[in-house]
Amino acid sequence: MRLTNLSRAMTLTLGAAVAALALPAQADIKIGSSLAQTGPASFLGDPEAKTLKMLVEELNANGGVNGEMIELVMYDDGADANKARTFATRMVEDDEVVAVVGGSSTGATMAMIPVFEEAGIPFISLAGAVVIIDPVRKWVFKTPHTDRMACGKIYEDMNKRGISKIGIIGGTGGFGKSMHGQCVDVAPDYGIEIVAQETYGPKDADMTPQLTKIAGAEGLQAVLNPGFGQGPAIVTRNYAQLGIDVPLYQSHGVASKSFIDLAGDAAEGVRLPASALLVADKLPDSDPQKSVVVGYRDAYMAATGDSVSTFGGHAYDGFKMVIAAIERAGSSDPAAIRDEIEKTTGFIGTAGEVNMSADDHLGLDLTAFRMLEVKNGEWTLVE
Amino acid sequence: MNGISVRTATLLALAVIILLAPVLFPSSFYYRVGALIFINGLAAMGLVVLVGYAGQVSLGHAGFSGIGAYACALGPVHLGLPPLVCVALGAAVSGLLAFLVGRPILRLKAHYLAVATLGLGILIYMVINNEGWLTGGPDGMTVPSLGVRSLLKGYGIKVTSSEMWYWISGVVLLAGAFVALNLHNSPAGRALRSLHDSEVAASTIGIDVARMKLTAFVISAVYASVAGSQVALMNRFVTPDVAGFMHSVELLTMTVLGGAASVLGAVVGATILTALPQVLTVFEDFEHVLLGLIMMLVMIFLREGLVPSLARRMRRSAP
Repeated sequence: MRLTNLSRAMTLTLGAAVAALALPAQADIKIGSSLAQTGPASFLGDPEAKTLKMLVEELNANGGVNGEMIELVMYDDGADANKARTFATRMVEDDEVVAVVGGSSTGATMAMIPVFEEAGIPFISLAGAVVIIDPVRKWVFKTPHTDRMACGKIYEDMNKRGISKIGIIGGTGGFGKSMHGQCVDVAPDYGIEIVAQETYGPKDADMTPQLTKIAGAEGLQAVLNPGFGQGPAIVTRNYAQLGIDVPLYQSHGVASKSFIDLAGDAAEGVRLPASALLVADKLPDSDPQKSVVVGYRDAYMAATGDSVSTFGGHAYDGFKMVIAAIERAGSSDPAAIRDEIEKTTGFIGTAGEVNMSADDHLGLDLTAFRMLEVKNGEWTLVE
Repeated sequence: MNGISVRTATLLALAVIILLAPVLFPSSFYYRVGALIFINGLAAMGLVVLVGYAGQVSLGHAGFSGIGAYACALGPVHLGLPPLVCVALGAAVSGLLAFLVGRPILRLKAHYLAVATLGLGILIYMVINNEGWLTGGPDGMTVPSLGVRSLLKGYGIKVTSSEMWYWISGVVLLAGAFVALNLHNSPAGRALRSLHDSEVAASTIGIDVARMKLTAFVISAVYASVAGSQVALMNRFVTPDVAGFMHSVELLTMTVLGGAASVLGAVVGATILTALPQVLTVFEDFEHVLLGLIMMLVMIFLREGLVPSLARRMRRSAP
């Protein structure tokens, strides 16, 4: 009897699982998304998911696109590359989506890319790293600026202020590490010489030793801190405590109100590059981005009650571009949508003006970043 | 039916399931889920040897999966090795590490052993995560292809990646089950199982307790490593998550949920923890609550794990 008992138990479990898996319903135009709604990267995935849900509701309430409704197929990958890969396969094979907006983290994005490339599904990633679109992959696009561009923007500002010798203190988390490398890489293009380099761990509580060492470097004119989370706030506080009197630059990674709250008075005078979304109110009315960022911010706050973040903005840009592409293509054929996404020009999103081409699947330039400075505890535009 | 041993029955049941399950698959996505189940099942099977047979706990087994996975990512790039050799290399490194580390830490018992293995797993994770110049850091790295599909294409056979990995992982799982079941019935296996009940009693009848524990630890490390290699080769991309603490907990949960001392239980546990999250996505926000609830209910009502508990009930109710 053992054989039948064992196999019965086994097939029952497996059968139940398979039966329950087979639930998909046929519907209009399906757009897929796999985001890190939970887990360590939920600060990215959560606003992205809320933004997509809000936009889909809004679009369908207004009659959809080309007379068809949009169905959003959304999964939570928790920023786990293996899960993201599984959901990518599911979106392609089972849900049969025509385009995908998503992938909160670089790891999840890179794990999903082969699936979409093989199936020929256009994919707009919301992750930061430059490897996603460099080298250009036929089916892959992305909306957030790259770290490299943030470095460029900072160096541009330094050039204007006549700064050429800088120190870098970088976080060792994924974001800080990647941007640190990029900033070292592009420095020669702007005539910037890096005279000191130090790093700190994501959980370090005191960066005084590293900063003291940097402050002692000969000819130091400014310090740059690529990093994420609370690290940069601690660096800023230590920086003020040590009384280092050259300018301090932070990255777009901490471009939020909470940075100023954490760093307090020490944040005065700190500069960083950020998207227009953060200073929506302060943009002049003539700015083409003004209406877009104010509109998105107000809609998001009304729909969710949360304050807006740049990450949700990336999802906004990606979704709007896909919808515009479907509209222009007049069909929901993945290949046609891809071709139209590549032809996106003059699209004004929260990240800036997007002009895609066959060899640029990001389509943003340095003007997308605004240089901000903390004055009296508020972000202000530097002109 | 009495002539068939548990070993043959389990192997037959597994083989039949692997062969027949695809009949029910509406799309190749299900092959992917199947492959993941088999791969996780293999790692859980290694833990059956360690937890179920020998009665030792490990909270760091994903670390060995990480070694196996990164062996397949790094070997071809840095050493120019073919992917298959890298699987063996990963298994060898994992086994050796388990051997070296196991000698001191397996002297510890119960909670202390669990914490020591936890530390080992986290150390491996940290190395992978922090040594960006070698491993690509938190963003992960690409893994070269195994080359089987392009080989098959040469013969005019086209299969999707998910389909191919379903069959590869299925065969590896069968091989793993064969070894684990043979071990169960061997003198070494009996010695291991005697440790589970009482180490003192085992040593009084002349069993080298330390050596047996170490053997189980090394075997389970090799299982986890091969599973990790398969994940890496299938996804063609690895991130440090594969070695993460949560993955260790997942593997242990699979083992315990299915029935810690049951080889088939490992596969059932892997099925639940791999397929259920896919099923539960329809509940969106309640996904995690439901998963937790199901696991709690299983542990409350089927204490020995699914397979042993259900098998016992069916035997009792059978005429």
